[in-house]
Amino acid sequence: MTRRRPTHVAFVMGLTITALLIGTAALALVWTPADPLTMAIGGRLEGPSSSHPFGTDQYGRDVLARVMAGAVTTIAVGLLAVAVGAGIGVPLGVVGGYVGGWLDEALMRLVDAVQGFPAILSALLFSAAFSPGVAISTVAIGVAFVPAFARLARGSFLEFRGREFVLAAAALGATDVRLICRHILPNSLSPLIVQATTSFPVAVLAEAALAYLGLGTQPPHPSWGLMLKEAQNFLGISPWFAVFPGGAIALTVLGLNLFGDGLRDLLQEGR
Amino acid sequence: MRGYVLRRLVAFVVTLACVSVLVFVAIRVLPGDPVLVMAGPEANPEVVARLRAAMGLDRPLLVQYGEWLGRALRGDLGVSLQYDVPVGRLIVSRLPVTLPLTAMAALFMLVVALPLGLYAATHARRPGDYLAMIVAQIGLAVPSFWAGLLLILLFSVHLGWFRSGGFEGWTQGVRVGVRSLLLPAIALGLFQAAVLIRATRAALLEVLGEDYVRTARAKGVWEGLVVVKHAFRNALIPVVTVAGLQLGQLIAGSIILESVFALPGLGRLALGAITARDLPVVQGVTLFVASCIVAINFAVDVSYALLDPRIRYD
Repeated sequence: MTRRRPTHVAFVMGLTITALLIGTAALALVWTPADPLTMAIGGRLEGPSSSHPFGTDQYGRDVLARVMAGAVTTIAVGLLAVAVGAGIGVPLGVVGGYVGGWLDEALMRLVDAVQGFPAILSALLFSAAFSPGVAISTVAIGVAFVPAFARLARGSFLEFRGREFVLAAAALGATDVRLICRHILPNSLSPLIVQATTSFPVAVLAEAALAYLGLGTQPPHPSWGLMLKEAQNFLGISPWFAVFPGGAIALTVLGLNLFGDGLRDLLQEGR
Repeated sequence: MRGYVLRRLVAFVVTLACVSVLVFVAIRVLPGDPVLVMAGPEANPEVVARLRAAMGLDRPLLVQYGEWLGRALRGDLGVSLQYDVPVGRLIVSRLPVTLPLTAMAALFMLVVALPLGLYAATHARRPGDYLAMIVAQIGLAVPSFWAGLLLILLFSVHLGWFRSGGFEGWTQGVRVGVRSLLLPAIALGLFQAAVLIRATRAALLEVLGEDYVRTARAKGVWEGLVVVKHAFRNALIPVVTVAGLQLGQLIAGSIILESVFALPGLGRLALGAITARDLPVVQGVTLFVASCIVAINFAVDVSYALLDPRIRYD
């Protein structure tokens, strides 16, 4: 038991940071110390003080309020992107793994091709076709998750397709849909849940990067990546403006990673 | 072995074809009318008609795709609307920034990750291991562009050792060029190094638990030799896989760092093309980068078979 302790500590830390993130986002929905969009020309680029604990940005907006409001964007984009990835990837993998043959082969080549498009590349493509925005970046991040979800789902379907309990259910007259939904999918769920948990911090990083590049959340809406893009112009005079949003991203991703690692260990232990 | 490589090669070609379809669909089909995207909503109808005919957009989609792919295979990716230069030539002109940046980031990744991963695995569950794992966790959590900003803050703003951005070119010597790419390469390689530290540690720990390693130790083989010759060589297979896949991610990641450090590479070319609605450039760059990533993945698959003769296609 003592050997497991560091993992345990890491998991609790991850859980705490994740709870803090969700709590901050929930609080930001009803209350922020100042309005994140209200500008004050008099108080631009101020350092941390009692009235503005994280200082103010180039328009005099309260950075703490904007970091808090940014948490909402982060969670929303992260959840939706993972949902897009799982929503497209899992059915692709299920069909490929269950049906097999040339259809499986064709789907897997498509998945290989999608792997050539990391979130940034899809975001570039979609932004050229439409116009840059948070919806585009969410879909682009989600598409980048498709290969991982498809491969996982396919892998476990290949594994379970020929197992006795599935063959027995099929012999008893279960339809394909019933075999997939009732018998195979529930058994494939735990790796998929782990994948979703580990994808979430990746989505947070990608959302920040795309917003930084101007391909995601657009001003004046608060996003951590966008705040860093704005902060870059004032690095020399107000470095703290770049420190707080970046710190928020790093802390969030750290917490989510620790949480995901711990969850995977727990699920593997339970197997 | 030859059968495996041959089948992977066929799969690679099919995958490349899928990539081209995805790029074509995204640029030519999804927006409805790409000409309106390029010319803008208030464009003169005459200009729109001329542009449409010039791009061959008045013909069936399948014919358009065939012609576009045929030209792309001959290296003709169209002409940039913004610069009035062939897209292929534009891409080639930006490679001297993007390729060295990616290569330097990959080098940084290997130099940091392999020793640290090796150290962590051989000191498993001891303070050194925990320290290496904490470093890896931090590397995974810090976004590359923020790392870039912090490096600029420290080395350019405070210490004044490096310029905060821009590329001085290779004409003034390799040292000058490397110097302008050093900070972005470190920022770019940080995340991938963290991934590789963990992968190296995990792979090595697994091999170190094998029977033949115990046998070697029991025979009294020197521990350093056990780790490097017996364990590390066999741990290389998963490590090469991860490192190879990372390389593709590094190319994509260079787009962000080029933006942070104002480097005139492929990423900045594509980002500028979006603002200018220069669709042929976006199409060309994404096709090129995605094909590179798919090609790297193919190379990883093949090297996998070379490193481990037991691999069969299944």
